[in-house]
Amino acid sequence: MNKLMEIRHCRKQFGYAEVLTDLSLSVTEGQVLSIIGPSGSGKSTLLRCATLLETMDGGDLIYLGNYAARDVNGKAVYSSPEELRKIRGMFGLVFQNFNLFPHYSVLKNIMEAPMLVQKRKEKEVREEALALLEQMGLSDKADAYPWQLSGGQQQRVSIARALALNPKILFFDEPTSALDPELTGEILRVIRKLAEKKMTMVIVTHEMAFARDVSDWVVFMNNGVIVEEGDPREVIDHPTHERTIQFLRRLQEK
Amino acid sequence: MTIWTMITKMSEGLGRTCAIFFLTLLFSLPLGMLVAMLRMSRNRVVSAVTKVYIAVLRGTPLMLQLLAVTYGPFYLFGSGVAREKLIPVVIAFSLNYAAYFAEIYRGGIESMSRGQYEAAEVLGYSRIQCFMRIILPQVIKRILPSVTNEVVTLVKDTSMAFTVAYQEMFTIGKQIANSQTSFLPFVIAGVFYFVFNAVVGFIMGRAEKRLSYYR
Ligand SMILES: Nc1ncnc2c1ncn2[C@@H]1O[C@H](COP(=O)(O)OP(=O)(O)OP(=O)(O)O)[C@@H](O)[C@H]1O
Ligand SMILES: [Mg+2]
Repeated sequence: MNKLMEIRHCRKQFGYAEVLTDLSLSVTEGQVLSIIGPSGSGKSTLLRCATLLETMDGGDLIYLGNYAARDVNGKAVYSSPEELRKIRGMFGLVFQNFNLFPHYSVLKNIMEAPMLVQKRKEKEVREEALALLEQMGLSDKADAYPWQLSGGQQQRVSIARALALNPKILFFDEPTSALDPELTGEILRVIRKLAEKKMTMVIVTHEMAFARDVSDWVVFMNNGVIVEEGDPREVIDHPTHERTIQFLRRLQEK
Repeated sequence: MTIWTMITKMSEGLGRTCAIFFLTLLFSLPLGMLVAMLRMSRNRVVSAVTKVYIAVLRGTPLMLQLLAVTYGPFYLFGSGVAREKLIPVVIAFSLNYAAYFAEIYRGGIESMSRGQYEAAEVLGYSRIQCFMRIILPQVIKRILPSVTNEVVTLVKDTSMAFTVAYQEMFTIGKQIANSQTSFLPFVIAGVFYFVFNAVVGFIMGRAEKRLSYYR
């Protein structure tokens, strides 16, 4: 299978605290990968390194054979800005708190990047944006502003905004954590639909049932390392590692 | 001297009052942005120097700054005092107001959440595109009330130009008050400033309303 994204021997420190330790992870085309683990284990940091919001201290970061960063004597050396710009076009990121642009209408939130960054024609982008909104069940909200939407609707707009750039891989950092339980379902449904369409996705989540259901690979992180990974039914239902067992038991008790 | 003569004479200075006002805004609003950028620079020396600039201009009276810019060259280099006082007056006002605007801009920019920058970055916006399209419009909305405050103050501050005998409305009024031993010119000046600020308030209110379509 084609490796879409690969991180090798990633190291990341904040001050003296090592947050990611020699972490390696790869995602193949069409794969849905879930990352689970306790708070502070470095899940967000890993996603931020993968999406170039944070620079790794050491390691390789590769998208479809293109090096965003290459390890040279234990230090991550990043590629040229042009190369990074090209690589940025390959992935999208959905934030926990949406980060929609409040001064733009829903439609403009979705349309601006494809027109500005990818220099695509307005007509074509508009058609695609409207189709995405329909897919998200938000056809009637095209002209609304973010503050007029519920959290779940805002998150669906932010997913549409990411999809409008036609990324090859989509990262989600706890996409439902800022939402009420009733609204969580609507986001999970959208992600499930994307999975059916073979969208490649990496999802950090605390929703175990969802992770088991939708993903075909799950990674359990603790203290900046991958402790256990594998088929979701195996890892979630029959964890072998002490730390994983503890974490899952504590989740169940809640 | 009748009240009408006074009003007519003082009105002749209104053009100069407006010149100070508009030219100061024209220069200090963009200059303030430049100062804010330098103040937020990652280069420690640049930001420290800018910090001193802001501290001095905010920490000393505008009146002294007017005197310094107008007569400073004479005392320092023995050069003549500018015939057209509008130039030093506008320079002093612009430098002074840029310092205030810079701090307002900086406050606005720093109040923006990191998520806005990060969302734009991941979507592929360049740093300039992100600033011009995502950050700046939201900053403008946030700082508008503080900017209005400064603009209202500027209207009244134009009267400071009397310290260098620049013939704007208040300076003329003060001269009439002295020669006629009358308080009336000050009352007239007060009415002028009040009306001027009512217009400013109306315009800024409209601007705020136009930006109220989002939160
Ligand atoms: N910018 C930063 N500066 C310093 N320390 C940071 C920074 N970002 C994260 N950390 C630290 O790195 C560690 C990992 O944080 P991270 O946000 O990646 O955890 P997480 O697994 O996403 O946790 P959660 O489930 O709570 O979101 C934490 O100890 C955190 O305090
Ligand atoms: Mg996190």
